[in-house]
Amino acid sequence: MASSTLSEPQRHLEAQIRWRPLEIAFWLATLLPFVLTPNHLALASQIAITALFALSLDLILGYAGIISLGHAAYFGFGSYTAGLIAKWGWGEPLTGLLIAAAAAGALGYVTSFIIARFRHLALIMITLGLGLLLAEAANSAGWLTGGADGLQGVRMWKLLGLFQFDLYGTAAYTYSLVVLFLGFLLARRLINSPFGLALRGIRENAVRMPAIGAPSPAHIRKVYTIAAVMAGIAGALLAQTTETVSLDTLSFQRSADVLVILILGGAGRLYGGIVGAIIYMVARDQFSGINPQYWYFWIGTLLIAVVLFLPNGILGGMARLVRLERRPA
Amino acid sequence: MARGVELALPQGERYALIGPNGAGKTTLINLITGMIKPDQGQIFLGDTDITALRPEARVKCGLVRTFQINTLFPRLSALEAVTLAVCERRGYAGNWWRELPAYGDAVEEAYAILVSLRLAASCYRPTRELAYGQQRLLEIALALATRPRVLLLDEPAAGVPQGESAELFSVISDLSRDITVLFIEHDMNVVFRFARRVIVMAAGRILLEGTPEEIAADARVREVYLGGAHRG
Amino acid sequence: MIGSAFGVLFDGFAYGMLLFVLSVGLSVTLGMMNFINLAHCSFAMLGGFVTVSLTNGLGWPFLASLPVAFASAALVSVAFERVLYRRLYGASELDQCLLTIGIVFVSVAVAAYIFGTIQQPLNLPAYLRGSVSIFGHSFGIYRLFLIGVSIVITAVLVAALEYTRFGAQVRAAVDNQRMARGLGIDVDRVFAVTFALGSGLAGLGGALAIEIAGLDHAFAFTYLIYVLIVVSVGGLGSIGGSFLAASLLGISDMAGKYYFPELGAFLIYFVMVALLMWRPLGLFGKR
Repeated sequence: MASSTLSEPQRHLEAQIRWRPLEIAFWLATLLPFVLTPNHLALASQIAITALFALSLDLILGYAGIISLGHAAYFGFGSYTAGLIAKWGWGEPLTGLLIAAAAAGALGYVTSFIIARFRHLALIMITLGLGLLLAEAANSAGWLTGGADGLQGVRMWKLLGLFQFDLYGTAAYTYSLVVLFLGFLLARRLINSPFGLALRGIRENAVRMPAIGAPSPAHIRKVYTIAAVMAGIAGALLAQTTETVSLDTLSFQRSADVLVILILGGAGRLYGGIVGAIIYMVARDQFSGINPQYWYFWIGTLLIAVVLFLPNGILGGMARLVRLERRPA
Repeated sequence: MARGVELALPQGERYALIGPNGAGKTTLINLITGMIKPDQGQIFLGDTDITALRPEARVKCGLVRTFQINTLFPRLSALEAVTLAVCERRGYAGNWWRELPAYGDAVEEAYAILVSLRLAASCYRPTRELAYGQQRLLEIALALATRPRVLLLDEPAAGVPQGESAELFSVISDLSRDITVLFIEHDMNVVFRFARRVIVMAAGRILLEGTPEEIAADARVREVYLGGAHRG
Repeated sequence: MIGSAFGVLFDGFAYGMLLFVLSVGLSVTLGMMNFINLAHCSFAMLGGFVTVSLTNGLGWPFLASLPVAFASAALVSVAFERVLYRRLYGASELDQCLLTIGIVFVSVAVAAYIFGTIQQPLNLPAYLRGSVSIFGHSFGIYRLFLIGVSIVITAVLVAALEYTRFGAQVRAAVDNQRMARGLGIDVDRVFAVTFALGSGLAGLGGALAIEIAGLDHAFAFTYLIYVLIVVSVGGLGSIGGSFLAASLLGISDMAGKYYFPELGAFLIYFVMVALLMWRPLGLFGKR
């Protein structure tokens, strides 16, 4: 779009959503692990998957203001769908991914009708309850899910017929990174569209929305379904790149973890989930030898500190620093 | 609480709704716009029965209100807020594929509204950074963006100092005659200047209706206000 | 476990009473200040560990440790309220959830560090062990004790609410905070006292829970879910609602485990979601 044909307000809005040099640098930097840390590509793949999952939560939490304590339901549902398809003989990754995405989306669509009707504590409890329900169901349906032992016998074919998923993680990281980037582009488009503006309106003041003629429940259902698809894709990636699926993909623990990750990075800032995922996963990898109790002690302390001192997460804190620095000029 | 309210607003009129605190004025607006459900009765807009419609559907029919306490979007800029209202009206708000600046007509319309309310200079700043009086104007801007046929203003100048409220009311009086306006107000000077007809409410009922002069002269009205002062 | 429907009812009701004592404090404080304190069960856990330390470590009698469990939970909660919670009364629901979840994480880690991750043993005094036979049915003595204590607590709470001035202030503050302040009630002080009492009751509940539900380092997490179910289903700010919801939950849980063991906790979550959809504000909720 040529700038000269835009009016002043349009130019202003356009400047807000333009690609920043820092963003381009960031995405180029995601290629560095291939060169700098070729032995850790499996971890890099995990980070990309977690980042995609956190991004999906950001859509509903950071932008629409829906607090969900059960978002892992869609992650796990996508994971098991992809795993089962492969286990039953169809190991082609890309089509498996699409089917898992559709399945998670269908689940998201159905539950969105419930979600859109409630607010405050009832909504939090319902998201928690639905997540726990699905986790319990998966636990009980051991004949399907493998129960506590996890899904066995997931064998993936070569990606695009060329690249095999292996312990080195090269194919895995390439695959996850590309999918993350595509998911990011989609989220970015969505946020910068009129629909994204409507979501922010719901978050900023849900009471005002009907008064300007906005069908909030319809908007919420739409974004919730999209977020479910994205979470399902992340789950499917995990199943395919690790060739295993376990019950913890659906657990409350995972829902809580992704919430912590998003808040750490900063919700409602598009990159918050990615930043949070990088920090969290790298830290967890570094401290993996430590007693899990210590890990949760520090996560808990970090969470308290973030809420008290850094309410908009790391990205929010950085934005504030930048604003402070700009002031004298 | 509102009881036995029968109200008819002819098109294009300027009505003031007055009454002591607790008379049920805001409740009436909440009922008309659908934020609370009536136990009995019907509401018509033109010839259409809108009693069963949800609030957002009534807005689409042209029935719009503003809020007594600023009910705005703190972190959205004024431009974004009004553009949002315009997009909702035009049906763009469901579109997630094209970016917002591409909808030039919506952005232009929003900007024009802000210009007409003299908010254009600060329209890029977040709403929470605007002065109180500007926020009250933004309340009205949001309502105007929906192209109302009937506009219900709940104490539009509430909290605005005397000097600035004149500007606010000149904006209201400049509104097109196609729009029917009802505003809740306590300041009798304003009522006299801008209202063609006045409705008086007390204790949840409509006491009477008439021209400002008739209302001012009516003993019952004085009783209702003075009686209220004694009770309080 | 007694093998009959009546037995399930009795055991379920006893379990429900335990949940009531654990939850009632949260229900009232949530209804009053709308502050989402997900760390409520951390205070319960504290009470439980205090009892364990006193009885196992110092040889105190079980009954004597109960008031100490109550008092220590209440005191610690006052400290938390002053230092941390007070800052977030006006904050978003999300921030309150996150802060208190952080506290849960920390408390679970601390408990594991000090006490390890095993189930804590408890030596009940002889007169609370075993069962007694009434009308041909066998009743566990501890469960009878539990029901008795809970009913006494309920009676005291209801009486205090109805007949004392403080109780009237609590009711006013729950009903309409702004108006209560306008009437000159020091809502902040009322809340602080109510919060301490509620957390104290949670501590007492934690101590009482050891025998029935077990106590380990993860208690703050495990029982949080049940407490939240009771509070949201019963309705915020309602003692009667908590009583009813806790009873329902206790009985359904027992019934589910006894009659449909393959379903596990499925039934509870399903009932909760269904009830919340029917009545989002809880059975007796106002807001």
